[in-house]
Amino acid sequence: MVIAAAAVLPLILIAAMTEDRGYAFHAALGALAALGSVFLIANRCFRPGQVPAPQEIGGRPNYNMEPVKFATVAAMVWGIAGFTVGLIIALQLAFPDLNFDLPWINFGRLRPLHTSAVIFAFGGNVLIGTSFYVVQRTSHARLAGDLSPWFVVLGYNLFIVIAGTGYLLGITQSKEYAEPEWYADLWLTAVWVVYLLVFLGTLAKRKEPHIYVANWFYLGFILTIAVLHVGNNLAWPVSVLSPKSYVLWSGVQDAMFQWWYGHNAVGFFLTAGFLAIMYYFVPKRAERPVYSYRLSIIHFWALIFLYIWAGPHHLHYTALPDWAQTLGMTFSIMLWMPSWGGMINGLMTLSGAWDKLRTDPVLRMMVVSLAFYGMSTFEGPLMSIKAVNSLSHYTDWTIGHVHSGALGWVAYVSFGAIYCLVPWLWNRKGLYSLKLVNWHFWVSTLGIVLYISAMWVSGIMQGLMWRAYTSLGFLEYSFIETVAAMKPYYVIRAMGGGLFLAGALIMAFNLWMTVRSDAVGASQREPAPDPQLVPAQ
Amino acid sequence: MADHKSTPQIDAATGQSTTGHDWDGIQELNTPLPRWWLGIFYATIIWSIGYWIVYPAWPLVTDATKGVIGYASRIEISQDLALMKQERAAQSKGLTEASFEQIKANPELFRIAMAQGKAAFGDNCAACHGVGGGGAKGYPNLNDDDWLWGGSFAEIQKTLEHGIRFAGDPDTRVSQMPAFGREKMLDAAQIRAVANHVRSIAGLSTEPKADLGGGAKLFADNCAACHGDQGKGNREMGAPDLTDAISLYGMDMASLTETIANSRNGVMPAWNQRLDPTTIKALTVYVHSLGGGQ
Repeated sequence: MVIAAAAVLPLILIAAMTEDRGYAFHAALGALAALGSVFLIANRCFRPGQVPAPQEIGGRPNYNMEPVKFATVAAMVWGIAGFTVGLIIALQLAFPDLNFDLPWINFGRLRPLHTSAVIFAFGGNVLIGTSFYVVQRTSHARLAGDLSPWFVVLGYNLFIVIAGTGYLLGITQSKEYAEPEWYADLWLTAVWVVYLLVFLGTLAKRKEPHIYVANWFYLGFILTIAVLHVGNNLAWPVSVLSPKSYVLWSGVQDAMFQWWYGHNAVGFFLTAGFLAIMYYFVPKRAERPVYSYRLSIIHFWALIFLYIWAGPHHLHYTALPDWAQTLGMTFSIMLWMPSWGGMINGLMTLSGAWDKLRTDPVLRMMVVSLAFYGMSTFEGPLMSIKAVNSLSHYTDWTIGHVHSGALGWVAYVSFGAIYCLVPWLWNRKGLYSLKLVNWHFWVSTLGIVLYISAMWVSGIMQGLMWRAYTSLGFLEYSFIETVAAMKPYYVIRAMGGGLFLAGALIMAFNLWMTVRSDAVGASQREPAPDPQLVPAQ
Repeated sequence: MADHKSTPQIDAATGQSTTGHDWDGIQELNTPLPRWWLGIFYATIIWSIGYWIVYPAWPLVTDATKGVIGYASRIEISQDLALMKQERAAQSKGLTEASFEQIKANPELFRIAMAQGKAAFGDNCAACHGVGGGGAKGYPNLNDDDWLWGGSFAEIQKTLEHGIRFAGDPDTRVSQMPAFGREKMLDAAQIRAVANHVRSIAGLSTEPKADLGGGAKLFADNCAACHGDQGKGNREMGAPDLTDAISLYGMDMASLTETIANSRNGVMPAWNQRLDPTTIKALTVYVHSLGGGQ
């Protein structure tokens, strides 16, 4: 509270003194957030009769689920916002007039808004929410700290607001997936350190003898993202009164840092983090034991060790030295099986429960997410091979690959987890309508298929047109002809994105109706049923 | 759930035993690693080690391992470029040595020039002049025979080589229409009169109360030196023909007023700084062939 109070005045001063209006807006926003937190904390501490929440009630852990609820709602809100912006920029690519010559909504500013909204706002809230849920349940202990979980959840979402509004106002350091400027990065670092401490503190309090595999993955994700974020954003601001900063490296070193960060954002944020979600929610929903403990250990360590080397495959045939390109490519190939370990462990957990796919669309969504995960983690190593990369790089194939992972894997496993979580968190008997989940599943699956097949065709066509030579040895197509050729696929892609967004809206409606339904009594309240373990004979 | 702890059980559906751990009701089976999974994992490791031996791979103190075949991507690209040059040498030699008349007379040379010219046009010219050379506002249409600086082989070649009003080339084509309004040489009413006069000589309608007589006099005093008494233009100065209703910046009143008041003075780069003489020659043949070559 003291820190927040102390921060108010300097932030107001910065807002008043800076010449950059976007930066002034952010400083004012920060001052408001600091003031608000002073008020909330004071209100909480000095409320008459206020006692610290008990760790246990009646011998059962008194789980702290309110921050999880907040993150779950935030994830859905940001998700729909991010999908909508994605649809807009897909349409802008097909119909450039939709830029309307306005700086705030042109493609260059909306594109990072889309990527950050879906990866960090939607994905990040899903990760923070589920990790706070899973670490409590599998440690059999209340979340560490009282204010700090709220600091993490609210602080992270403040970062999202600063980052997103910054893009629209033109504040960016132009590093892909790391666009926010130095002050937003500093704030995120503080939030992230507290996140790590809350997570570790809860693990330290655990009542179980071992740490569950999902928590290894969460911990791997939190730790590595901290290192990547700090490493890639080492920059020096022009002044305290300026939003602009300069990174410490230049040229190929900067490129290498950027893709070490960029690729491991995929590896540790979008893969390790969401595998953690899979390791809790798939066995829980399928009511089956995890297929193989040994596989979980081996593929965890192999994945963690190998992924961190794979970044240079984003810089094939560039100024990056050949040896680094070789390492990036070979480590990507070796990553294939460790990645698939997660898919095998998820899919095979359904052994003996495959029939549930017919009746439970939520489980079906998570199983399909594993199929997409398997497909894109095969496609990734394939595209990292230099000969393949020389065709695929800089084309829409990459966009298709990313979206088969992002829509098919990350979003689907998140949707599955949220469909599980909402009735559990709000003590509802079940979802409002499984039929609507089924509709969501089919509408968005059709959307994904349209999206990625359009991008495969347009990407490979684009790559082939770029390298097409006439019989006399001259380039067959001008660049603008390759752009014109992609238009129909851009329209199909936008249709796919529209369907995916429609599915998410169906989901939001379903969840809203679930929360509005009546709470069930304590006897039916056991949120997640124990798996049916039938002893042999 | 405490009763599950450290008591492995057999799972009926798979016949596997559990590890005896239990977290929030989740247990784990003791299934061994799938053999095919382990096999492929080992295979990718062995393949990678082989690749490291063959190609540059591991960083050393000041250098990196070079690999046994001496591969380097810079060597590869320079070999590729050399090979391409060698393959094109014969056809390129014919083109370099032939005159425009010879190229036009020789179907084989003409075919090569057109192929090379089309490729070069797509990469370098299409961004402004359009893929088909159709032009856009401010960028001349190359398909018609309305040439600003001349449409013969030699004139097109000179334009390509040195550009138009291109600051980086002393031999660039230069002419500068004054900004009659900005430089206060004409007032708003006079500009309007001249614009109406220009529309009248182009055979376009004029404003009802247009001062055509005044416009004609102002034109004779200020414009005729370059555009000619009849407004037919002058290719020596890149002064457009104003009577043919083909216009780079538009013949409507608003565009004409803007042109007269502030001038336009568009720029085209000098391509001899980026393209070799043979490519420019091929481009010349291609552009000449597009429509109105003279």
